[in-house]
Amino acid sequence: MNQFQYVRPTKQKAAIDALARDANAQFIAGGTNLIDLMKRGVMAPQKLIDINRLPLTKIESQNGSLRIGALALNGPVAEDKLVLERQPLLAQALSAGASPQLRNMATVGGNMLQRTRCPYFYDTALPCNKREPGSGCGALEGFNRMHAIFGFSDKCIAVHPSDMSVALVALDATVLVSGPKGDRRIPFNDFHRLPGDTPQRDTNLEQGELITAVEVPDGPFTKHVHYQKVRERASYAFALVSVAAALSLDGNTIKDARLAMGGVAHKPWRLTDAEKALIGKPATEETFRQAATVAMQGAKAFEHNAYKLKMAPNAIIQALKTAAAA
Amino acid sequence: MKTPEKQIGARMNRVDGRQKVTGAATYSAEYKLPGITYAVLVGSTITKGRITSIDTKAAERAPGVLAVITHFNSPKVPGFDTAGKDPSQPATVGGPIKIFKDDKIRFNDQPIAIVVADSLERARFAAGLVKGQYAQEKHQTNLEANKAQAFLPTSAKKNPKHPMNDYQRGQVDAYKTGAIKLESEYVVPTEVHHPMEMQAITAHWEAPDRLTIYDKTQGTMATRRDFAREWGLPEENVKVIATYVGGAFGNALHSWQHESAAIIAARVVNRPVKLMLTREQMFTMVGYRPYTWQKLGMSATPDGKITAITHEAIGQTSTFEEFTEATLAQTRMMYESPNLTTRYRIASLDVNSPIWMRGPGEATGAFALESAMDEMAHLLNIDPLEFRLRNYTEQDPEKNRPWSSKFLKECYQLGAERVGWNKRQLKPGSLRDGDWLVGYGMGVGTFGAHRGSSKANIRLLPNGTVLLQSAVTDIGPGTATAMTQIAADTLGLAPEKIKFELGNSDFAQAPTQGGSAIVNTVGPAVQEACLALKEKLRTMAASSNAAFASTEKEDVLFADGYLTLNGNPNARVPFADLLKQTDGGFVTVESKPQGDASKSFSMYSFSVHFAEVRVHVLTGEVRVSKLVSCADAGTIVNEKTAGNQMKGGAVGGIGMALMEHAVIDDRFGRYITKDFADYHVPVHADSPDVQVAFVNKPDPHVNALGTKGIGEIAIIGVAPAIANAIFNATGKRLRELPITPDKLLV
Repeated sequence: MNQFQYVRPTKQKAAIDALARDANAQFIAGGTNLIDLMKRGVMAPQKLIDINRLPLTKIESQNGSLRIGALALNGPVAEDKLVLERQPLLAQALSAGASPQLRNMATVGGNMLQRTRCPYFYDTALPCNKREPGSGCGALEGFNRMHAIFGFSDKCIAVHPSDMSVALVALDATVLVSGPKGDRRIPFNDFHRLPGDTPQRDTNLEQGELITAVEVPDGPFTKHVHYQKVRERASYAFALVSVAAALSLDGNTIKDARLAMGGVAHKPWRLTDAEKALIGKPATEETFRQAATVAMQGAKAFEHNAYKLKMAPNAIIQALKTAAAA
Repeated sequence: MKTPEKQIGARMNRVDGRQKVTGAATYSAEYKLPGITYAVLVGSTITKGRITSIDTKAAERAPGVLAVITHFNSPKVPGFDTAGKDPSQPATVGGPIKIFKDDKIRFNDQPIAIVVADSLERARFAAGLVKGQYAQEKHQTNLEANKAQAFLPTSAKKNPKHPMNDYQRGQVDAYKTGAIKLESEYVVPTEVHHPMEMQAITAHWEAPDRLTIYDKTQGTMATRRDFAREWGLPEENVKVIATYVGGAFGNALHSWQHESAAIIAARVVNRPVKLMLTREQMFTMVGYRPYTWQKLGMSATPDGKITAITHEAIGQTSTFEEFTEATLAQTRMMYESPNLTTRYRIASLDVNSPIWMRGPGEATGAFALESAMDEMAHLLNIDPLEFRLRNYTEQDPEKNRPWSSKFLKECYQLGAERVGWNKRQLKPGSLRDGDWLVGYGMGVGTFGAHRGSSKANIRLLPNGTVLLQSAVTDIGPGTATAMTQIAADTLGLAPEKIKFELGNSDFAQAPTQGGSAIVNTVGPAVQEACLALKEKLRTMAASSNAAFASTEKEDVLFADGYLTLNGNPNARVPFADLLKQTDGGFVTVESKPQGDASKSFSMYSFSVHFAEVRVHVLTGEVRVSKLVSCADAGTIVNEKTAGNQMKGGAVGGIGMALMEHAVIDDRFGRYITKDFADYHVPVHADSPDVQVAFVNKPDPHVNALGTKGIGEIAIIGVAPAIANAIFNATGKRLRELPITPDKLLV
């Protein structure tokens, strides 16, 4: 771990100014990922700007949406009455992540900014274009069991590890950010990036920008929802694949549908074509199977993750079945 | 007076439970010595080659740094140059690496430097500034690619009677000509012990020739011998303290380089040095269960009698030590088979040396044997329990002599009832609960009931309590608790009046805790020490009270403040009077195995594990919904702690079956699953409420207590029970551990 400066502003502007001034600074909130990365020498910020004193923890009902402050903690959000009532899919996804201890430290904003768990990224003695651009991708021809089947590049095949983000991208959430140039709103699907030639950039946040909240629009997805997380350990494990499924049913007919996957790409993977394949159809296993086939178009596996080509569509079917029956 | 309740067999709470759960227990890295300093090890980033240079300048200039030690500036360790085999090390050929002695790199993350600073944070920061340069050589880290170079261990080559030699009864490889036969290959990958407490040492040179170390070790005396030898000191000048050990599972059976490094560092800075490995370093700087390939051939008659078995294994070792383990031992004695062949080989790779991990080789071998038993039962269309009964051994077929005791049939019966074996269907894939396929499987385990020699110290204190001392450690089974119970029954004294101190090399000699042998070995010493104390007190009492002269030590009772006699309550001598007659010092006894029972009988503990599993039809996820472990381990001294030990082993078996896999990327020779995010061990949600049942019948030959040992049989056989249950649920036979969802979907 490197030596660093530490500041703890109480005003949002001061925090943004501090970060905008210093290319080697980082915000720290729960620190559940950043501290690990610093201990392993993967990240070495010269300055930590502790934002925990900023007033960004509220969960509020707005006109047509739920606004969740960036510093709201994962555990309390998952148990929040408003969240459970209006966005049960988000609550499920949050509860599927990490462990209770971590969920009680980790913030909503920090959860989105989790770095990949790719082991090549975590070991400074191994090549990784995300950690050290130009050093190569260790996973491409290495142990890539946990890696992407969609949207990867020859520079990086890592996956985004968050569960919460999979639900948020399915639910058409918006990320609210504030920066030196003012405030802006980023649709959740545009927040995370594909690796392309710049895998070192996980998101489209600009230097100095602070996530202040996430807005989740109210919708019909309050009952028939399910977050399916497939993992070899019953708890406290990153997903092999995960699926966020939400259905709006009229009798047995699917009026509206949302579907996204985790553990398959460098960003939470929204499946809009598969959603279209569901809408207007009866909520049957056959329909779900067809949607899963659509969802998997363009998927490509590496040496150790071919199982995902079967596990992912199966998980979609399972998630939709469970959601329909909920 | 009232005879105290019998303590052996009671579900007594742990005598140190409160200290452990309240944080009052002091572990090796928690001693607050004046002037303490903190050390961090720097590991090599290459796998094989030579160090050409190490840049330590930045680290030396970093704040708070007291020393940066490498092979360029390390003080000479006298014992590194003396030849000769170290009896405290495993009986292997070769020896551990002598740290900071030369420039050779033999495995990835081998320590190349130790940084000492006035705080842990400063030591870690400076350690990050140390940069090694290397001349790299081509390495080999993959066993599968190196099976062709596997060889018979040198210890076997030199001694035709060594158990690692090929074994033969009947005809060689007779299974090949059998009418009904199978031949399967199995893989148990590298697994890492990962006790909760990482390896830690606090090293303190109290004088230039006096060393005290607070060390995570399973054997205080073996560790003392190692470091006395390393520094050319008389053993009494070295003191090893391990009052509490936070689990070990075998990885502290052996001294490792980090311990030598901390002692060197303490010598250099002339202050106490504390060093704890990181979780990542636990993969590389200490041992592990070695990757092992196995092939098992078996033939049987249509009515289910095994006619032949051939079991071969190749395990990995390092280039500098020949590590071996008893992978094929269970196969030779578990089932009646007139023809039986075993062949054990090892292959040297550019990795650190393995070390025995719970149920050492047997757990690996049992995965192949007990899976093959299930495969053959399936082939014959016979229930796997019935198949095992048809091949049950009433005497040891390997050594052709009786068992000292064997109640495995009773275990089968107990376990089958509890798991609901009657629900099992012969045809795989027959049971389903919603989206989950349900199956049942069993696996058998055995381990030698070993008993060694040990001493115990005992003394009566003025307040009428008794103090016992032993150098033995407690890595978790509850050694002090069991010993207190044994002492309580032998003395006829309430357990609260007995204190059993352990984990200090100055106490009475005891073996390293391992091989399920501690109750078998130290228990009798405690028993004999208690009797010796009674006899000493009786003799002293006799001088003032004639009633004591004409009785036996067995009649002596402890009352409140008095020594008295069974059946003669009027015979009373105050402890205070007795203590006036003695120096109050310890009575020390040495207890050794009596007679030649170990030559006339085959002594083993036995276990059977039954699993009910659920496998998701779409996702391939496996959940163990029931796990029942039954053991014939002789007398059970404490059903509560013994039950805990069985449950811990069973959960370890779930990890072995479904999760644990330390992966090396062979291009780099470097572990890439090296934290708890990537290397999975079970969490509570993975474990059902494990049910444990003991036959609890004393063994008449191992020792006077009738105990046989529990630690190893708790895990041996669990992994195949789960693998067999998965087969019964799905019809898929997985022969390579761990059985993860990806393998079930292919």
